[in-house]
Amino acid sequence: MSENFIRFQKVTKDYGTVRVVEDLDLDIARGEFVSLLGPSGSGKTTLLMMLAGFESVSGGAIVLDGQKINDLPTHKRDMGVVFQNYALFPHMTVAKNVAFPLEMRGTAKAEVASRVQKALDMVQLGHLSDRLPGQLSGGQQQRVALARALVFEPRVVLMDEPLGALDKQLREQMQLDIRDLHHRLGLTIIFVTHDQDEALTMSDRIAVFNHGQIQQCASPREVYDHPSNRFVAEFIGETNLLEGTVSAVSGETLSLTLPGGTVFQSHGLAGFRPGDKGLLSLRPERIDIYATAPEGVNCLTGEVTDTVYQGDHLRIVIETAAGRIIARINRKAAEWANGAKVTLGFRAQDGWVIAP
Amino acid sequence: MKYAKAIYASLIVFFLIAPLLVILPLAFTSSAFLTYPIPSFSTRWFEELVVNSVWSRAILNSLIIATATTALATVLGTLAALGLRSQDLGMKSQIRTMFLLPMVVPAVVLGVGMQSLFVRLGINSSYWSVIIAHTVVAMPFVVISVSGALTGIDRRVERAALSLGAPPWKVFSLVTLPLAMPGVLSGAALAFATSLDEVVLTLFVAGPNQRTLARQMFSTLRENISPAIAAAAFIIIVGTVLIALALMLARRRRG
Ligand SMILES: Nc1ncnc2c1ncn2[C@@H]1O[C@H](COP(=O)(O)OP(=O)(O)O)[C@@H](O)[C@H]1O
Ligand SMILES: [Mg+2]
Repeated sequence: MSENFIRFQKVTKDYGTVRVVEDLDLDIARGEFVSLLGPSGSGKTTLLMMLAGFESVSGGAIVLDGQKINDLPTHKRDMGVVFQNYALFPHMTVAKNVAFPLEMRGTAKAEVASRVQKALDMVQLGHLSDRLPGQLSGGQQQRVALARALVFEPRVVLMDEPLGALDKQLREQMQLDIRDLHHRLGLTIIFVTHDQDEALTMSDRIAVFNHGQIQQCASPREVYDHPSNRFVAEFIGETNLLEGTVSAVSGETLSLTLPGGTVFQSHGLAGFRPGDKGLLSLRPERIDIYATAPEGVNCLTGEVTDTVYQGDHLRIVIETAAGRIIARINRKAAEWANGAKVTLGFRAQDGWVIAP
Repeated sequence: MKYAKAIYASLIVFFLIAPLLVILPLAFTSSAFLTYPIPSFSTRWFEELVVNSVWSRAILNSLIIATATTALATVLGTLAALGLRSQDLGMKSQIRTMFLLPMVVPAVVLGVGMQSLFVRLGINSSYWSVIIAHTVVAMPFVVISVSGALTGIDRRVERAALSLGAPPWKVFSLVTLPLAMPGVLSGAALAFATSLDEVVLTLFVAGPNQRTLARQMFSTLRENISPAIAAAAFIIIVGTVLIALALMLARRRRG
């Protein structure tokens, strides 16, 4: 495994006077699956298009396998691109579509035929090779696009929201299929999505985008459990945010004093000093609800104001002195009527303090 | 309401094709005059077209000029449409308007201008002058029709081809052009038809040796109103209909 197979170094993209990607640094290892996750308009597609060579780079460098590729024409980059709308050649059969990259490389006819067959079998479409794209369903077209992007064994596979147009069930199936192909073929994949579940399910690492900058790039677990700032904490999953003042730091545990005087023990970002403002991010599913306060956990009392039934769990809204808090509790736990006085609690390692 | 619509549509269609219904039967008259009633049916006026060298020469000229015009206008118009699609072209709409200008400029004005230009260049009254003049008025049809086809092409399809290793000229020949082909073909057919029935410019820039069928019909009308005109009209209309049918078939086969 070579580290830093793809490197973005201070990459910037301007459209006229608008800076769409700003001083962006990102290193991707060979064989890694990296998702670019962020709200619409945050510059994910633009970054991918620069890597593929469809858009020019306004500043900085993109390095592939030790070679700076800013000015390398697209057709020499050897990258498989899968677009959201599939972008199949509508006038060519499925087999012709998949054969296209091989023919461009002058592969011998017999080998083209066998590799096309293999690629189509891989996506379970071997029987449809004579159809035109217009005669296939969305999911089938997406599989053809995938086969076409993989058949020439590109150095990198780029996918721009490839599953966005599929319905939920098919999307989840394709997520698993792509993840499986990634493991089996050892592909390097860069995958753009605005769907956080998709990013969490599939990636080795997630780069969270906002305003053309990477807010955090880390494993799904790290991004979810230990967000580096407020944007990441709020963008990925649901969270309760409580503002307070750091009153003590010991090892990885901080003491955070809330305006009402309540003191919580919680883990958090490094670098806090007593007196700093801190923001506690508390995931709803990490909160427990008790009738009476237990020992050794952070506690806060409040009143249940709403309970929403969501099938596998209950969403409970609790008004506390520190503000409104949402908790998600397991169906096996006791249920609480509106107006019930409860105590909610969480352990220090289940909270995470970030800068406000 | 439904009947009213149908009647209205029929009236419009009748209004459009009535002139044809009047003139076409006269192609088969045995009389020496372009008038009703038709004494008896004959094909003598078609024979006249073939035998009389003025007419046969005009037919040949029309074919030569229309074919060359079609080729030239289709190539140039397609190139123009491709250029107009490019993203980093400034003043795109002004340039497009320039290309379409020959459609709205009065033919008489164009004709005067071209004549003096061609005379200065020393090519007036030649096949070239007629072909160039016809190309100028035929090209806008190609530009419009190819532009329409090009807007239907998803740029991501071309980008995909690039990323799959196709150099730009292969993307053009294997993806863009085949996908734009229906537009190119209808543009070509329109160019051919435009050249076939062009009269005004031809009057200005053609010499006696470049008399086209339409031009010949025009002067025959003034000199001696012969049913050969109707026969010539019949040939032009049948030719146009055949081209339209061929186009429709080609389209249908593409899917
Ligand atoms: N060709 C372009 N010209 C001008 N602005 C563009 C162009 N393409 C994208 N943008 C702008 O760049 C920003 C980032 O777009 P994009 O990379 O597509 O975001 P994302 O893929 O994250 O939704 C958006 O504000 C968008 O409007
Ligand atoms: Mg996008």
